[in-house]
Amino acid sequence: MTEVTNPPGTTASNGSAGPILEVNDLRMHFPVTTGVVFRKTVGTVKAVDGVTFSIQPGETLGLVGESGCGKTTLGRCVLRFYNPTSGQMHFRGESLTDIRGGRMRELRKQMQMVFQDPYSSLNPRMTAGQIIGEPLKIHRLASDPKQSRERVAEILSLVGLDPSMASRYPHEFSGGQRQRIGIGRALAVDPALIVCDEAVSALDVSIQAQIINLLKDLQDRLGLTYLFIAHDLAVVRHVADRIAVMYLGKIVEIAPRDDIYANPLHPYTQALLSAVPVPDPVVEAARPRQIIIGEVPSPLNPPSGCVFHPRCPIAQEDCSVDVPELRELRPGHWVACPKV
Amino acid sequence: MSVVLEIEDLRTYFDTEGGLVKAVDGVSYTVEEGETLGLVGESGGGKSVTALSGIRLIPTPPGRIVSGRVLYKGQDLLELSLDGMRHIRGRAIGMIFQEPMTSLNPVLSIGRQLTEPLITELGLSKYDANARAHELLASVEISDPERRLAQFPHHFSGGMRQRVMIAMALSCNPAVLIADEPTTALDVTVQAQILELMQRLTEERGGALVIITHNLGVVARYADRVNVMYAGKIVERSSATAVYGDPRHPYTLGLMSSVPRLDLPVTERLVQVDGQPPNLVDLPPGCAFQPRCPYAQEQCLEAVPELMQTVDNHYAACFIADQLGAGAKAGQA
Ligand SMILES: Nc1ncnc2c1ncn2[C@@H]1O[C@H](COP(=O)(O)OP(=O)(O)OP(=O)(O)O)[C@@H](O)[C@H]1O
Ligand SMILES: Nc1ncnc2c1ncn2[C@@H]1O[C@H](COP(=O)(O)OP(=O)(O)OP(=O)(O)O)[C@@H](O)[C@H]1O
Ligand SMILES: [Mg+2]
Ligand SMILES: [Mg+2]
Repeated sequence: MTEVTNPPGTTASNGSAGPILEVNDLRMHFPVTTGVVFRKTVGTVKAVDGVTFSIQPGETLGLVGESGCGKTTLGRCVLRFYNPTSGQMHFRGESLTDIRGGRMRELRKQMQMVFQDPYSSLNPRMTAGQIIGEPLKIHRLASDPKQSRERVAEILSLVGLDPSMASRYPHEFSGGQRQRIGIGRALAVDPALIVCDEAVSALDVSIQAQIINLLKDLQDRLGLTYLFIAHDLAVVRHVADRIAVMYLGKIVEIAPRDDIYANPLHPYTQALLSAVPVPDPVVEAARPRQIIIGEVPSPLNPPSGCVFHPRCPIAQEDCSVDVPELRELRPGHWVACPKV
Repeated sequence: MSVVLEIEDLRTYFDTEGGLVKAVDGVSYTVEEGETLGLVGESGGGKSVTALSGIRLIPTPPGRIVSGRVLYKGQDLLELSLDGMRHIRGRAIGMIFQEPMTSLNPVLSIGRQLTEPLITELGLSKYDANARAHELLASVEISDPERRLAQFPHHFSGGMRQRVMIAMALSCNPAVLIADEPTTALDVTVQAQILELMQRLTEERGGALVIITHNLGVVARYADRVNVMYAGKIVERSSATAVYGDPRHPYTLGLMSSVPRLDLPVTERLVQVDGQPPNLVDLPPGCAFQPRCPYAQEQCLEAVPELMQTVDNHYAACFIADQLGAGAKAGQA
């Protein structure tokens, strides 16, 4: 790697407190094995391959990209569900890669995750109250059952559910209500950073808006920081302050929200934005359609050079050779393409 | 324009543990030659069951088609014997299913799966069926058909699999192609490729295309007319421009204003439809949307509004549809 002196994101607000999360040249490679008895490694999936970014306190960083590009893996590395292959991560200046044990548990408490699937991410045999109360127990945040019950009731109303619903089981709730329980579980330990992994993707449009509004309200009230992972670019635009676009394990563009939507620079970002249909037939009829060819290649066998070059409309010969670095083309606007 | 498929007062119910689910409850619509028809609505609203009823693929029990007619060339598909149905099904309606894994058999080669209906339903010889399978793969832009026909579904990427399913649905040259969430599992860039392909094929073949989806952008881009479903009923129907530009049912209105849009400035909060989706075994009295409706009045609890014309060819099932003109949308936002 060349100089990573100024990771994308830190330049925008080189202010007082510094970033809440800093990720530097992070890699997560999974071995691919065959055989049942004698396992043989036949290759590596470079799910996350040299990712650098940071998030400021109270900020929402949106992470977009197509299926399999490594969004979930990145989120899971940040929360240390995975042990990254290489790279550094710092939470409020403290290294996440070096610490263990009690301190790790303490930091984990400050970082929580909300999952995509409101159906499978909740234990069907626990009541809503038990689900939200469990992290309180694990982290010993309630001194007695009464205090725990009060806190659960408080959280239920915080996420827009009636405290009397504490005794109900997940199957007695609708999808949107289950997602509220999932958010409540994450909030129970009073976290600073929440990774939302496709938290609204499975919901109906009419319910999606409720949950997005709830996440924004909670951010305002509790000063939360979000890493907001989603594949719906319109949803991400609505919630994020800055947006990172991933393709095959790499960030190809990262910029403030309005900048990236008004002025996408990377050919992949441009293709992605043009592929999203606008829910308005009049607007659609007048819109040019720029359809890019091909599909996302397998991360087992990624293209050489720039991983996007086989699908890129402006690729030139050297694109299959040189791996592009992120360059800051405008304040806070970083692009990994030498041709723009 | 001539009508190629006509669905009349279709009712499909399911007996479930919780009670009777009226998944489709009095749905009527037509599909016209050459058009792309969009079917949108809340999850569980009955979109898939509407389509599956038409080709008689409702699991019985628990499901049963209680009433209705599905008219193709003057013939009621619901009255045909199973044998007659098998003969006509592929020519009347080609279907791309919502669950991709249920429609491709993992242990049969793509060639086998493509040629079989051609042989059994159209009576082609093995040789002709094979030639037609080549043609079909080429038409969905899959190169090297010879090699591809010998392969199995797991050799194909998600987008390629969807292309194969389109080829299969088109194999008997159906009058109507129904695509149930054809791109939900696909990446945005591949989704655009597949939709363009389906639209091009529909134009070339002169058939009609029905797209079932909850993606309002997809319908806006491709559909000529739109049906909006809620709790087993069609609550609004008109041209795409009218349904999007001048929605007359409060559910459609809420749907249109709650979806974040890339082409408009970001607002602080999204307009949201309050409340929860309906529980089909325990529907509220009167209009099913009434508990969530900001305009609900007393009469909405007392009677179920019929789908009626408000302005030219614009239908809505709401007592105050006439007052919900373009002005109301601005007022609500
Ligand atoms: N535990 C694992 N072992 C091996 N490979 C993995 C593992 N987790 C993820 N991968 C692979 O890493 C790549 C990135 O996966 P990841 O789930 O992070 O993608 P994603 O961007 O979240 O996709 P989606 O939008 O579909 O959720 C994929 O090719 C995936 O198959
Ligand atoms: N086999 C079945 N047994 C019992 N109920 C069923 C069955 N199939 C469908 N239903 C019910 O019928 C209703 C309509 O389902 P349908 O699949 O048509 O909804 P949909 O509009 O296609 O929703 P989605 O957008 O989620 O695909 C649902 O409430 C569903 O639970
Ligand atoms: Mg993921
Ligand atoms: Mg469906």
